[in-house]
Amino acid sequence: MAHEEIKKGENTQLYREVVHKIDGRLGPKYSMDATWCNMTDRKTEQRKEKLENELNAYRTNLIKESIRMGYNDLGDFYYAHGALGDAFKSYVRTRDYCTTSKHIIQMCLSAILVSIEMGQFTHVTSYISKAEQTPEALDSLTVSKLRCAAGLAHLAAKKYKLAACKFLEVGPELGNSYSEVISSQDVATYGGLCALASFDRTELKNKVIDNINLRNFLELVPKVRELINDFYSSQYASCLEYLGNLKSNLMLDIHLHHFETLYDQIRIKALIQYTHSSVSVDLRMMADAFKTSVAGLEKELETLITDNQIQARIDSHNKILYARHANQRNATFQRALQIGNEFDRDVRAMLLRANLLKHDYNLRASRKV
Amino acid sequence: MNSVEGLVTQIQGLSGTTSDVLSLQNFLKQADDSLHAESTRLLPFLDQLDPSKHSLGYLYFLEACTAGPVTKEQASSSVLTIARFISSCVAEQIRLAPDKFTSVCKRFKDQVLLLEEPLRGVAPLLTAIRKLQSSTEHLTTLHPEFLLLCLLAKCYKTGLSILEEDIFEVDQLRDFFLYCYYGGMICIGQKQFRKALELLHNVVTAPMPAINAIAVEAYKKYILVSLIHSGQFSTSLPKYASSVAQRNLKNFCQPYFELANSYSNGKIADFERFVQANKEKFESDNNLGLVKQVVSSMYKRNIQRLTQTYLTLSLQDIANTVQLNSPKEAEMHVLQMIQDGEIFAMINQKDGMVRFLEDPEKYKTCEMIEHIDSSIQRLMTLSKKLTVVNELTSCDPLYLTKAGKERQRFDFDDFDGVPQRFNI
Repeated sequence: MAHEEIKKGENTQLYREVVHKIDGRLGPKYSMDATWCNMTDRKTEQRKEKLENELNAYRTNLIKESIRMGYNDLGDFYYAHGALGDAFKSYVRTRDYCTTSKHIIQMCLSAILVSIEMGQFTHVTSYISKAEQTPEALDSLTVSKLRCAAGLAHLAAKKYKLAACKFLEVGPELGNSYSEVISSQDVATYGGLCALASFDRTELKNKVIDNINLRNFLELVPKVRELINDFYSSQYASCLEYLGNLKSNLMLDIHLHHFETLYDQIRIKALIQYTHSSVSVDLRMMADAFKTSVAGLEKELETLITDNQIQARIDSHNKILYARHANQRNATFQRALQIGNEFDRDVRAMLLRANLLKHDYNLRASRKV
Repeated sequence: MNSVEGLVTQIQGLSGTTSDVLSLQNFLKQADDSLHAESTRLLPFLDQLDPSKHSLGYLYFLEACTAGPVTKEQASSSVLTIARFISSCVAEQIRLAPDKFTSVCKRFKDQVLLLEEPLRGVAPLLTAIRKLQSSTEHLTTLHPEFLLLCLLAKCYKTGLSILEEDIFEVDQLRDFFLYCYYGGMICIGQKQFRKALELLHNVVTAPMPAINAIAVEAYKKYILVSLIHSGQFSTSLPKYASSVAQRNLKNFCQPYFELANSYSNGKIADFERFVQANKEKFESDNNLGLVKQVVSSMYKRNIQRLTQTYLTLSLQDIANTVQLNSPKEAEMHVLQMIQDGEIFAMINQKDGMVRFLEDPEKYKTCEMIEHIDSSIQRLMTLSKKLTVVNELTSCDPLYLTKAGKERQRFDFDDFDGVPQRFNI
């Protein structure tokens, strides 16, 4: 499938890679079509020369607009051919010749596109901020595009909360227009999962469940919608089941390759929420709800308690989890005494050191005199 | 001979009032060399002098007597004489010649060690310290000698009584180093790790003109004690430690650093393997006992962590988590910790379960209130002392000259009380 797609385009390098990966496993039809490769390469060379000549001509003429368009064409050409670094450089060079803010926005969008493809999300963030700083008001489509790109950048940087905020702000105008970067379903999936992993309950309700805009997106991925609703209504078993189903697909996703972390975070939040409101919890029932064994559940809870995310203690004999609230009064006394001791020790040591230094200094001074 | 007899009569005559004693001191200073010249024949004259009345003169004579090398037989009688002198001498008189007194006591210590009876020297040196000290906050050269004898005689409690006092004045840096080092060792012997840590910390962070062996040894013990006491060790010295220490101490203590690293990884098996592998190094530093205590502290810490998460836990689970070999061993460890007061728990042998309890201290008893009150009083005194020292320093001419030189400019808005140039 990839084979055919690539043949439609002109990207010979990618073609070579794919053929290498297939490695003759799918039959003779998919083996290296050397003639096609060479033909495409020659075509590319010709086109490249032509473009470069045009560009040089424009440069001697010093007409800004044509130079800009020349660089743009060069950038598009490189992009189609898979030379992403060169494409990026060409797009960036158009910057000097941009006259209107529309040009700037176009340049930013192309740069963002290439950077996302290259995986260099630092560039993405810088160009997004550049685009947002243009003096003219941006139309909503561009705004949505920029927000998507921002969301992707945050996702790559593992800042799930920021990514979720950005994705949830994307308006419905996006439709199918940014499809070379991200589809609406992806927006819904990414946004929903990141929100689930990083928002607390009130935020979840306000920004996700009651969000009318998002509802349109979520219609496209009903599984994610069900997932979020289940989590909110504390039906953790079905929620985690949905997540498990999605897992196999999402592991291959180009942007969500750290799905495991998200999954773990969502699971931890579910555990914390489950135990938050109770004084005591029967571990057996909880293990059923979370579809795990009691021993495994104990281990997970132990890690959470040690990290201080759950205030509770486990009664391993009866398999019950008891909520435990720290005794503030005792803790205060303890802390006060401890600070007193530390102060005592530090001040005495300091006075001693000061005395030693003074003595030493006096000794040296008297020796000099 | 005549001069000596003459000196004896003068001592007998002039030991009455303070002014007399001062003039006596002058005589004695002048006659010091001649005394030393006749050191072998001075012993019988000692009987003519009474240590409680003629302390200064007796001291000079004694010092001259003991100046030469001493054999074992002479040592035992000499030890008796000096001990008697120390217990009966008058503090004011000997404070006039502290160096002589110190050297006499040092020789006393050497003789006691020669006789291999350090215990005989402990009590006399304690009295000697009390008489030489101008205040309990004063560290004399005798302090480390005394602590050394305590260590060798294994009577740690007496040593502890001296360590209880806070020291603020120090005569010589070397005394301070030795005092803290020996003091740390005594506290380790008594398992008072907090105080040991404090003393060793003082050695390591003291102003050090050059790296010395005492500091290196102290640093090694410091690493081990901090692992036992608080389970962690920060590899960087605090900012106020001297730059010499910060740069060089690490190089001499490499195996201990690796030990601390291995400890913080938390894997008992690896840690024990490391200890086994480096046994000779630790033994050569006489630290093997401490290292063994570090190993057992690792088990303790793991069990303590369990008390935070579990209300009840089976002995088998404890053994598994803490990597002990059997529930029986786990039971022994837990029992020991309960007895030492390190955790609060109850062992149910029928079910093989341990029930962890909360710290029963409710901070409501009279003893606790007294303890808190006395702590507050002590800290208030300490704060007052700090203010006093601060005021004294700000009046100190040396400080003012230095501070005056470092002022860059003298803004009208910047009235700070120290003029631009301050020359005395």
